[in-house]
This record gives sequence, C-alpha cells and structure tokens, in this order.
Amino acid sequence: MGQVLTYRDALRSTLIEEMDRDPAVILIGEDIGVYQGTFRVTADLMQRYGPKRVIDTPISERGFIGAAIGMAMLGLRPVVEVMTWNFSLLAADQILNNAAKVRYFSGGQVDVPLVIRGPNGAGVQLSAQHSQSLEALYAHFPGLWVVAPATPADARGLLRTAIRGRDPVIFLENAALYGTKGEVPDGEFALPFGQADIARSGKDVTIVAYSRMVNLALAAAEQLAREGIDPEVINLRTLRPLDRETLARSVRRTHRAVVVQEQWKPFGAAAEIAAVIYEGAFDSLDAPVERETGADAPMPYARNLELLALPHERDIVDAVKRTLYRT
Amino acid sequence: MLVNPQFADIIGRMATVKRGHRQAEREAGREADLAPYLPWYRLMVTARRFEEEAERAFRRGKIGGYLHVYTGQEAVAAGFLAAIRPDDIFFTAYRDHAHAIIRGTPPDAVMAELFGKVTGVAKGKGGSMHLFDVARGLYGGYGIVGSHIPLATGAAYALRYQSTDRVCLCFLGDGAMHSGSFHEPVNLAALWGREGLCPIVYIIENNQYAMGTSVERSTVVTNLASHFDAYGIDNEQVDGQDFFAVKSAADRIVAQVRKTGRPRGIEAITYRFAAHGAADLFQVYRSREEVEAQRRKDPILLMERRLRRAGALDDERVEVIRREVEAAVAAALRFAEESPEPPPEALQTDIYGQG
Repeated sequence: MGQVLTYRDALRSTLIEEMDRDPAVILIGEDIGVYQGTFRVTADLMQRYGPKRVIDTPISERGFIGAAIGMAMLGLRPVVEVMTWNFSLLAADQILNNAAKVRYFSGGQVDVPLVIRGPNGAGVQLSAQHSQSLEALYAHFPGLWVVAPATPADARGLLRTAIRGRDPVIFLENAALYGTKGEVPDGEFALPFGQADIARSGKDVTIVAYSRMVNLALAAAEQLAREGIDPEVINLRTLRPLDRETLARSVRRTHRAVVVQEQWKPFGAAAEIAAVIYEGAFDSLDAPVERETGADAPMPYARNLELLALPHERDIVDAVKRTLYRT
Repeated sequence: MLVNPQFADIIGRMATVKRGHRQAEREAGREADLAPYLPWYRLMVTARRFEEEAERAFRRGKIGGYLHVYTGQEAVAAGFLAAIRPDDIFFTAYRDHAHAIIRGTPPDAVMAELFGKVTGVAKGKGGSMHLFDVARGLYGGYGIVGSHIPLATGAAYALRYQSTDRVCLCFLGDGAMHSGSFHEPVNLAALWGREGLCPIVYIIENNQYAMGTSVERSTVVTNLASHFDAYGIDNEQVDGQDFFAVKSAADRIVAQVRKTGRPRGIEAITYRFAAHGAADLFQVYRSREEVEAQRRKDPILLMERRLRRAGALDDERVEVIRREVEAAVAAALRFAEESPEPPPEALQTDIYGQG
C-alpha cells in the first residue's frame, strides 16, 4: 500500500514519523521553525514539537552544524537543515574534519548519528554562489554517507535510513524536486544505502543518474525509445557508497554507458562512476563511457547562459547516440 | 631588560587577579585541611613528568607527528577537573595529554596512543592530538584550532535535552578565540542558556601565545574573558598558576552552571613553559628571561608550597609521591614500547558504524 505524495511531503511526513517514534530526533537550522522552512519541508513542526526540538538558529553554519555534531556524539539524532548546500561550505571544517572523522580518530568511541539535508544544485537564475552541486566534495571523504534521492519514495526511504543510522549523512535534495509527486510506500519503508534502482529497464545503453538528473534521463530514454533505442536508466540513490554491482551488471548487458551529472566535469561524480564502470565491466564495453555534465564555468545569471550551463534531455540523447556511433 | 613590556602587562593583570584571591582566602579564614587535594597534586606531578618523558620519547623518534605539551599549565586542567563529577564531560584541543591523565585515564594508555600502539586510548588511530576517553567524559582531543568549541556547545545542549544535570567543560586556548569557531557557538550557547539549555563552562587557557603570536598581537582586547561580554555571558579571570584559586572559582562556576543551565566563561591566565610544539626549537617570539621569570610561578611548586604550609605535605611525602610518579611514568613508557602496533586491518575499521 502507498499514497501519492510530493517529494516535500515525503520528507516532512518522514520527519514527523521519526520524531514521534524517537525523542532523540531533533531539527536544527536557519528559519526552519517560525518561518516554516525556506522550502517548507519543516512547515508547522515547531508548533508540533516546540522550540527545544525544532531549533531556529542565527545565520551561523559553523556554529550550529558543529553543535549538531556534538549533540549527535551525546546520543541525540539531529537533522540539520542547510538552507542550501552552498552554505554548508561555511561549516566545511565541522563536517569534513569532525563529523566524518571523529569516530575514526577516537578509535570508535563515538557514534555520530547526524543528517544534514537541504537542496543541492542549480535553481533558476541564482547565479554563481547559489547554484553549486557539491556531491563530489562530500563523497570524497571517508566517514560520510552521501545520498541523493530522485523520487518521493527515495526521499522517504533514504531519510528514514539516514535518521536511524549511526553515522553522518549528507542528504542532497533538489529545489526543483520538492513539488514533484510519486507513489510512496507507507509504514516503516526504508531504503538501504548503496542500493541503486533500475528506474527503467533496457538493453542498448545504461544511463546513470541521481537526484534531478534521473528525471532528465528518463525523459531522454523515452525520446530514444521512439527512435528505436532501448536505454536502461539507473537511479543511483546513493553516491557514497556507489552500488558497483548494479552498475557493472547493467553495463555488462548493455555494453554502453552515459553518466549524467549537473556538476562541473573535472573531478566530478561522473568521473568516479565512469571509473567504477571501467573497473567492473571493461571487457563488456563497446564504447567509451560518456559523461554528460554541467559546463565548466561558474553559474552565470543570464537565463540563456544558465540554460547553456546545465545538462538537458537533448544532451543526454546526443551522448547516448555517441556511444552507439549514431551521430 | 628582564621582561618585555607585553609581559609586564601580563604580570600586572595576574597581580590584580591574585589580590582578589588573597582577599577571598583571608575571608575564608586560616589554612583549611588541604590533605584532600593531595591526589590532585599527585596528578599534576604525573602530568608534568609524563610530558617530560613524552618530549624525550619524541626526540628519540618513538613518537611521531606533532607533540604539544602542557608543562606549566597543569593547575588549569586540575582545578577544573577537580570541580566536576564523574558523569560530567569535557572537550579540549590538541594540548590534551594532561587533561586525560588528570581525569584519571591510565598514563599507559595515553603513552601508548602517542607511540601509535593498539593499546592506546584511541587504538593508535588518533595520536597526541586526539585523546579520547568517553567512559571518563573526555570527548577529545581536536587538532583544528577552535573546531571543538561548537561540538562542546552542542554536547552541553544534549545533556540538558536529556534532562540531566550534567555539565560540559570546554577548554580552549587563547589562540582559538579569534576564530568563528569560538564566536559562533558562544553566541548559540548564550541563546540556549537563556532557556537553561546550555550548561557549559568555556575555560580559556591563556598561555600568552598562539604558537608564536602573543595575545597582544592577536587582539586589542587583551582581557580575553571580556570577549564573553559581547554575548551576555558572565565571565571572569583567574590566576591559572594557582590550583586553589582555579579550584575555588571552578567550584563556584560549575555549581552555577549546573543549577542554571547557562554558560559561563573564564580566562585562566597561565604560561606555557615548553615550546609550542616539539618542532618549535628556537622560540624566537619570546625571551629566555621571560620564560625563566615565569618558571618562578610553577603551578606545581606553588601548590606544593601551599600544601606544605598547611601540613599536608612534607619532604618525606613529596619524595614518596615523586618515586611513585617516576615508577608510573616509567611503566607507561615500558607499556607503550612493548605494546603491539595496530593490526593492518585496523586501517579500515571505525570509519562507519552502520554496515
């Protein structure tokens, strides 16, 4: 059984379920309470749980993200909202030097059950400082889990696993997805980290994507299907760890792969995913792995330039055709 | 010139603080029975001897990386750790050996950690800068200056959220005070403290130098305690070389914080006798005369003198403690030397808690 929910409501209802279940779950962030959350994921939650559990903070990322790590070390389960992931850079030292490593350098003496969630990637004309995709940065660091749900069901299942875990989780949402709808299972539905989803089965080429790019990949696949090409689409769900098995198994069947990401190409997630495909399915490949990525430039403000900077459905179609030598 | 002008200013400030303490002492009447403080004296001596041997082991190549010793500052950690309960918690920076030892972590496990052995407090994975003993309330041991202050602040919130009356101590150096890692969490603590939700004491261990940069070259507001004024947090200074002054202030402050759930700040004015780190060979930023003058205010000697005056110590007992401490530190060195290295598979454990 399930119900149709928006991505936003899938997140919000999961927060409610987990807060009802465990008093150790608290929320902390900027304007999540009185203001109701910039993207309204935490709407009404301060009224419901009070200001001690839904903590509005001053604009002070290093302070409140660091504090949330300390709370987690003492047994709370903080869910931090970053208004956008761009602002997480102000707390990079806390996330990368403390949250990711304190279990290790303490010799395993502490858990850090912490979720940091918020929108990642470009919005609409937010320009250079507010449009970044930071998944490769965070996925580089051992000690962090990095997840990027594409659907409302992903959002619920991954958030539940994140909140109930013992480690810091980088939970990458996307502003364009909050309003999207989808079937969401009821009850204790949870998705394990490291398990990708075959969003569309196909035999001619594997398109690998995550977060918002999954929707683009699916749209591209439909267009390609009309031209007689049958793509498989993998929704990764988790970037750290990558589901190496699913990637290799798919490419061994299709012999071709296109990896899609919104980030800049150099040292991006697609480079790592492509490497994993080479390692797991090198002998099966009939073409080099294609990377379809954002343009290697700071995000411009002008709408026409911004559109040029982002990957689109047609770019994925072209990339697939390149792997099939049909250009 | 015996001391530089900056240093004369420090002496002046310490004298002012000292006068206040003497008055408090007079008001409290004559020397009380100080025998109950002997264990803290012994721990301070242990910490001192531990650091001396650690420096020697570093020079012998037994200890790698960085080594920052606490020599000269022992009364600050001891005074505060003597004022908290076994279930209270504390965070500190990378000059952390003495905090662990004074809290009661076996010197064996601390030395083994410095030697990078599997029997160390963090299984040899943390080293000198990351001592942890969560069972005794020590939540680290952090290497990025100031970065533990947000953690300690959140931890204090958690203690109140969980409806306990435990408190959190956050030791930090004067060098950490000019970073956002200090100002941001301290502001949060003040806000949360208004609701009784942040039982934390920020203890500035003002040893006068951030590596080689003196307090005077780091801020124009050299009364570091007064920085808490900006956040509406009550604060004071204390002579950090005087165990009894620190202990008395700590008792009062910890009791208040435990009762109110509000943060407090205190600046313990102290001095690092040793170099910043083992690699700080020449100490070009301060004069030999300055260090020598400060050594006359050795916290261990001051405490010893006071204990002798009160009849709690005499030559014989000093000698017994000295011998026992020697034996304990020698045993720690032996233990560290003889302990095995971490097994290769330890490289990949303790990264994640969930499978």
